Amino acid sequence: MALQAASGPAPAQRPGTQRSITLRIARSNPAHDRSTVGFDDFEVPYEKWTTVLDAILEVKKRLDHSVAVRYSCRQATCGSCGMMINGRPGLACFTKIDELNSSVVTVEPLQNFPVIRDLAVGFDSLFENHREVKPYLDRDDTELDNIADGELKEYPQSPEELEQYIQFANCIKCGLCNAACPTMATDSSFLGPQALAQAYRYVGDSRDRGKDSRLKVIDDSHGIWRCHFAGSCSQVCPKGVDPAMGIQMLRGYMLGFGGGSSGNNQK
Amino acid sequence: MASAILRESTIMKIHYGTALAAVALVAVHVLMRLTSGGFAESLEYETVLANYRFLPYALMLEIILVLLSIHGFNGLRVILLELRQGPRYEKAVSYGCVAAMFALIAYGSRTIIMTNMGMV
Repeated sequence: MALQAASGPAPAQRPGTQRSITLRIARSNPAHDRSTVGFDDFEVPYEKWTTVLDAILEVKKRLDHSVAVRYSCRQATCGSCGMMINGRPGLACFTKIDELNSSVVTVEPLQNFPVIRDLAVGFDSLFENHREVKPYLDRDDTELDNIADGELKEYPQSPEELEQYIQFANCIKCGLCNAACPTMATDSSFLGPQALAQAYRYVGDSRDRGKDSRLKVIDDSHGIWRCHFAGSCSQVCPKGVDPAMGIQMLRGYMLGFGGGSSGNNQK
Repeated sequence: MASAILRESTIMKIHYGTALAAVALVAVHVLMRLTSGGFAESLEYETVLANYRFLPYALMLEIILVLLSIHGFNGLRVILLELRQGPRYEKAVSYGCVAAMFALIAYGSRTIIMTNMGMV
């Protein structure tokens, strides 16, 4: 159902009338035709609480069921519904149409990721890079090894030590930071802000002992040094993580300015 | 090549170090131009030759040449590595930049040494 798109600010709601926007959805299917990328426009009614994902699902339900979109939790927890919304990476389930202040909402697949179809992109590289930085506590012993007198000993951590990394533990791997990163746009081998921030999350954890092996992975010609500190990754993170800061802290540590956890986490 | 021999963090430490040292020495160089009889005069042929023949100054120019060559060609390497990827391309860029750096240092050093020894 293609409609003529109209631009401009969203009209104010009058009592008794339902507002609507033009939802422009990018359509492509690289598996069949690599060259054709088009847009389909749909007129979608919305309320104050309608999210972009709600609007897309409304289109799928009533107008065109063939629109491809990935989603799951609808509450900004799973990180599945990342897409470009009016040119900016965002979670469709976390972005209210009302807050966009536009009568036309354009949704496109996330930049810097291969398109599977329409709004669905492949996350293989994101997960591969994430895996590469060893996103787990790396140590030879376990909490179970510390059982003495039948009592489980935990790895103690002070609030200050927790503060070193806790915001980075909020990452939901939605890929928005990688989509916003200007280095990722040109350097396909770059680890990306998501993986680098996660490297800092574990380097900054006093319980971790795998700092050296983790730093070896990121100290590469396409690793941490390729960050230009544009800071766009931190601007778009829906969970308030600041990957740019994590990367700079990690860099500072590698240059010998401290940072990382205060504990002895060499391995 | 460079990244195969040195870790990237070591290369970047050299990169930042050469930048800081070059800023300091170029500042000395510019100040000496401004304070020794005027800027326009300092660019006259005989004045330039006299500078090269003054050994401490020639040494400083040589150090600036080395610092800027290392910093500049590593910067170029980084830019080129971001533009394209691939093992062969990356190797060619790294080798090429190191070769160009040595070539520039050799050519610049030749000029400084020949002038200092009165061969020009």
